[in-house]
Amino acid sequence: MPKITGAQAVVEAFSKEGVEYVFGLPGGACLPLFDALYDAKFKVILVRHEQGAVHMAEGYARSTGKPGVVVVTSGPGATNTVTGIADAYMDSIPLVVVTGQVKSFLIGNDAFQEADVTGITRPITKHNFLVKDVNDLPRVLKEAFWLATHGRPGPVLIDFPSDISLAQFDFQYPETVNIRGFKPVLEGHPGQIKKAAKMIAESKRPVVYTGGGVIISGAAKELIKFVEKIKAPCTNTLMGLGGVSGTHPQFMGMLGMHGTVYANRAVHECDLLIAVGARFDDRVTGDLKKFAPKAKIIHMDVDPSAISKNVKVDVPIVGDVRQILHELNKIVEPADTKEWLSEIEKWKKESPLRYRDDGQLRPQYAIQKLCEIYGSDAIVSTDVGQHQMWAAQYYKVSGPNQFLTSGGLGTMGYGFPAAIGAQFAFPDKIVVCITGDGSIQMNIQELATAVVHKLPVKIAIINNNYLGMVRQWQEAFYNHRYSSSDMQGNPDFVKLVEAYGGVGRHAKTKQEAEEAIRWSLTIKDRPCVLDFIVEAEENVFPMIPSGKSFEEIMDMA
Amino acid sequence: MAVHETTPIKERILSVLVENRAGVLSHVIGLFAARGFNIDSLAVGETEDPTMSRITLVARVDEKTLEQLKKQLNKLIDVIKVQDLGDEGYIDRELMLVKFRTTPELKKALESIMKTYKVHVVEENAKITTIECTEARENRKKLFETLKGHDILEIAQTGAVALSKKEPK
Repeated sequence: MPKITGAQAVVEAFSKEGVEYVFGLPGGACLPLFDALYDAKFKVILVRHEQGAVHMAEGYARSTGKPGVVVVTSGPGATNTVTGIADAYMDSIPLVVVTGQVKSFLIGNDAFQEADVTGITRPITKHNFLVKDVNDLPRVLKEAFWLATHGRPGPVLIDFPSDISLAQFDFQYPETVNIRGFKPVLEGHPGQIKKAAKMIAESKRPVVYTGGGVIISGAAKELIKFVEKIKAPCTNTLMGLGGVSGTHPQFMGMLGMHGTVYANRAVHECDLLIAVGARFDDRVTGDLKKFAPKAKIIHMDVDPSAISKNVKVDVPIVGDVRQILHELNKIVEPADTKEWLSEIEKWKKESPLRYRDDGQLRPQYAIQKLCEIYGSDAIVSTDVGQHQMWAAQYYKVSGPNQFLTSGGLGTMGYGFPAAIGAQFAFPDKIVVCITGDGSIQMNIQELATAVVHKLPVKIAIINNNYLGMVRQWQEAFYNHRYSSSDMQGNPDFVKLVEAYGGVGRHAKTKQEAEEAIRWSLTIKDRPCVLDFIVEAEENVFPMIPSGKSFEEIMDMA
Repeated sequence: MAVHETTPIKERILSVLVENRAGVLSHVIGLFAARGFNIDSLAVGETEDPTMSRITLVARVDEKTLEQLKKQLNKLIDVIKVQDLGDEGYIDRELMLVKFRTTPELKKALESIMKTYKVHVVEENAKITTIECTEARENRKKLFETLKGHDILEIAQTGAVALSKKEPK
């Protein structure tokens, strides 16, 4: 094979890894790389801001289960990716991010557009590399894709100096990797699985609590089988939504701070909590001392460091949760849960998820209508805040990889580019970004990207002219002092999307909302904004205040 | 469900085998820094296999934190193996250089110290006396206490290096 450049080697490796889309924005230090990308067989999507590129790659990854790929330049190009990378790290999203770097002999000299990118991203990547010898490149690329997608997935960054991208060498892409320090355990320990099965059979009041790990490992089918077999009620974390269909009779909705009263109550009263690919985040547990106080805990997770991190676990099972559930399903016997399930059914009736329906256009209604009209098969992305919690409560997605949200980092600005990434992957599906008037403005420039590629992403803005969740907390805990949460100065979002070449409608009433949603289905070749002008001071309920327990849950009056 | 019980903070010694590459140490140290733990001592050197380095790390943490640290260290891609030497029994040594102002009292004191500790004088003139001590960490601490009364000008220490007493797997 003739010699090729480092830049060409990157493109070759991407092809061999089956990359379909690269999201990025060029600049000085990565000009050689973009020149090589010009000949690529896969698509290169030019974004308008590098943070948008990372969230698009996340949306692509989350909806397909494949790694998302980003290429940006050095310095500001790279630092603009930081929020997205941190987001992917917190939510275990597989990404390969290639950042241009100044010439290797200039590193450390304060060269133009230089930043210590491996230093900056060290705590927010699963691993990162600085390539200083072109001959290391094939191994580094192979390892980057491997690391991003194996074990607990995450973002991997390759910092790539421009002189290395121009260096010529004999390229051979390795078939295999051998990383001494990375041998994730995938098979659950049979003894532990037996112990778990015994505990389940003996329990009277089990609860299955599942997280993003179920989605990542493709365990949704095994999970449903498991839940149905042991006849236990099931609750999802925000990241776990879609692991069980939102309409499954044993599904209790989300748990935690804005979870349903009955899901939280079930966790509070259960005698066995079966955690599957979840990590006992503080938004789920609240006060740890009062979380699931009567329960023994089984915890399945591929990441050993997630186990016994926040709570003491009785039966830890390290491994891929799909494999563990598969083994467990072979031997587990159902518990006698009849009484338990009917008790939960009673709680469900006593305090259902509800909102005031007085003729006004309320956010919950708008989201319910979106779900009703777009259907539970749509891909839903959200931004962060009140609308995110309402989307989690009221948009009942039917399966995994359909609910894309920034769970761990809580990144406003995630939703719209993530929806774009998902729409690229699924051009024929309905992709809706449920967002707020605050969040949408954090990556609104990507309207251009959506217009250029004729993507019919629906942007449903829950517009209350506030940073709504901040306002809600200020109302509840800061004596109604709305410090810097009023979004005075918001643009006309319909005019704005039109300026980019998209379309949009305002909706101020329930009827207008429904009409607008139906109308949006006719838009097939450009982004479409639905600007829902909703009741401004609506609050998200139920709510367990930060650091408190179920005993202090607040529900609407 | 039970939360973790708090356990006493103790000195822990970890031996961490890592890839012998640039940037690896910053990954390891970053773990401690990000959690606000102080590292009491740290020593790094190449091993019998030149592609690997051994980091010997001493930190004062409680049991739960130690468990998390071990897991987090294991999670680092460049970390090949983490040994908690407290579990296995170990041999450890630290090297300390101490520079004193030369006095007749010091000379006399050193004579008796050298009988108890592995100490010798590496340089001596009318103004300055420098000694070298190679001892296990515990002994080195004791020695330090006995030297305190003298006119110490400067100290340099390596931190502990240690090996498990067990046959390696």
